[in-house]
Amino acid sequence: MKNPEEIFEILKKEFGESILAIDKDVPTEPIIAVDPMYINKVGQFLREHEELKFDSLMVLSGVDDANGTKIKDEDETEVISGGTLSVYYHLHSVYLKHKITLKVSTPRDNPKAESVESIWKTADWHEREAYDMFGIIFLNHPDLRRILMPYDWEAGYPLRKDYKNPEFYQGMKVPY
Amino acid sequence: MALKTETMVLNMGPQHPSTHGVLRLELELEGEVIVNVKPHIGYLHRCFEKHAEVMTYPQVIPYTDRMDYLASMSNNFGYVVAVEKLLGIQVPDRVQYIRVIMAELQRIASHLVALGTNGLDIGAFTPFLYLFRDREHILSLFEMTCGARLLYNYMWVGGLSHDIHPDFVRLTKEFVNYFRPTITELNNLLTFNKIFIERTANIGILPLDTAINFGATGPVLRGSGLAFDLRREDPYSIYDRFNFEIPTGKGLVGTIGDCWDRYYVRVLEMEQSLRIIEQAIDPIPEGDVQSAIPKRVKPPKGTVYSRTENPRGELGYFIISDGNVNPFRIKVRGPSFVNLELMGELCKGHLVADVIAILGSIDIVLGEVDR
Amino acid sequence: MGLLDKEFSDGNIVITKVEDLFNWARLSSIWQLGFGLACCAIEMMATSASHYDFDRFGVIPRNTPRQADAIIISGTVTLKMAIRIKRLYEQMPDPKYIISMGSCSNCGGPYWEHGYHVLKGVDRVIPVDVYVPGCPPRPEALLEGLLKLQEKIRNESLRTHSV
Repeated sequence: MKNPEEIFEILKKEFGESILAIDKDVPTEPIIAVDPMYINKVGQFLREHEELKFDSLMVLSGVDDANGTKIKDEDETEVISGGTLSVYYHLHSVYLKHKITLKVSTPRDNPKAESVESIWKTADWHEREAYDMFGIIFLNHPDLRRILMPYDWEAGYPLRKDYKNPEFYQGMKVPY
Repeated sequence: MALKTETMVLNMGPQHPSTHGVLRLELELEGEVIVNVKPHIGYLHRCFEKHAEVMTYPQVIPYTDRMDYLASMSNNFGYVVAVEKLLGIQVPDRVQYIRVIMAELQRIASHLVALGTNGLDIGAFTPFLYLFRDREHILSLFEMTCGARLLYNYMWVGGLSHDIHPDFVRLTKEFVNYFRPTITELNNLLTFNKIFIERTANIGILPLDTAINFGATGPVLRGSGLAFDLRREDPYSIYDRFNFEIPTGKGLVGTIGDCWDRYYVRVLEMEQSLRIIEQAIDPIPEGDVQSAIPKRVKPPKGTVYSRTENPRGELGYFIISDGNVNPFRIKVRGPSFVNLELMGELCKGHLVADVIAILGSIDIVLGEVDR
Repeated sequence: MGLLDKEFSDGNIVITKVEDLFNWARLSSIWQLGFGLACCAIEMMATSASHYDFDRFGVIPRNTPRQADAIIISGTVTLKMAIRIKRLYEQMPDPKYIISMGSCSNCGGPYWEHGYHVLKGVDRVIPVDVYVPGCPPRPEALLEGLLKLQEKIRNESLRTHSV
């Protein structure tokens, strides 16, 4: 069983600069930040190294950090521009019994990250959900399309902080 | 000249008597044999995560009830354990004991519905009625405590909403004595019934490394042979004080990891839950169940991921807080959402009627898949 | 013959209106389409089980809309599902009745304010006859809803049918 600092040392020895800092001061667990284009190489290494053996991805979640500037659009709605959208990965090893959290941050105007579906098959539907709710595009995903909202939903990405509801959808009134 | 053939696409639509809710399966068939299955979900998407961003922490609890509506106490349990970890508070012992008893009673009630509907889909109508009769006893225990039959809103951050009734301990002991022979009756009716074994043994075999790669948890993973239970691995609340075994699939009437193994793991888990209730019900410590409830829940800035053992698998809550009274983001890892991805793998090469047996053995609840 | 002969001493004649006879036949055997969407579906299943029996009122679940008289919409109706409900309603033959069970299908329920994918009340797509409130309603409340529907059918006239 290893704790997050030791895992971070092993990763830094292998990858060097693409791994950014480890964030230790916030409760309740340390988080390792990774560059979005290298996440699949890091994930492959984490799964195959004999001392780490992270063979199970518990959850993958998209988050809207809302750390950009708020500007007013033409029709008086508030829109956030700039800032980041992040993805958090929680990994865990069934046989060696340790856990780690990774974080990836992408710019809000062009959110792209590598897909980890070839490493852990659970990521298939989780990444589709992050695309559906936030608009984050995962490169090399076999089938990236909406999963929870209807396939022809055009009003945007619902869980972003500046999302506005449409008035009608296929003839039905949406607000109360 | 070779005969030109093509596959047929059959739609098992959102309205179907055996899909346990609104799930749409697109089956690609070659005659009667399945080539591919594509599930389409989202017909019950009720925007839980958006609601969680505008409500305060205690106001989110009724919404967590409605996600997995068959195991509502366990959903509440997972959420309050996560928030209490973020706040760093300890709850009194009386609250811990009552929470464990309620969670184990809920596990029995949820497995009764799962086994009953599994049998009903295969064609056995009588066990469904017998198991629902037994479930009414558990629901009357819950109704005596908090007034509701299905969606309780019982566990609050730091305590409980109501204390237990004075007759609760006596009635629970009577229920435990009444229920043990009923499990034997269920085994005689359904578990070792020749028709049931023909329909479910050697169907939908799940190898262990596929299960771990797909992230399966709960009875689906234990049916493939690995004794992995979060109450033992990562103990939360006071589960480390009780003795209980972890049943796994052993391939008694077929191969390890088939539909019958997953069914039998649930039957054995009900017996283990009775053991935990017997150990917890005797010495419930005295105290006040509402003494540790904070006046205002305002956690410090940070993140937490906490997981608990739902009757269907690992229920995880990932909460990000930015110091306000409203959460910044709550992400729920529903076990049925992850287990449903296995449908594409398990159904290849089987007949259409086996799809129903496999879906019943994975035991999904659509409220948790779609949130 | 035999026992039944002794009951009617004046020759087996019962006088009633045709309307009453038809209405009595219709309300005593309402066959419902099994349509459970969410949590209210579990209470509907519990009503059909042996503790609060639905079958003693003549209500049997049928699997296809073409053989059903009534739909009990139990659970939240989302925008994705509302299109399919409209199609199922159009497939049912006349006379047909709708019972809306639970607060989500009456008016949107707890998701009325911020639910972007929830239809606020199923009466935005199909016409409803009886509303049963509750979240979820007790089985006794659903049985009362069924009795109110039977009242409504009893007072129908042959010339103006249900919607």
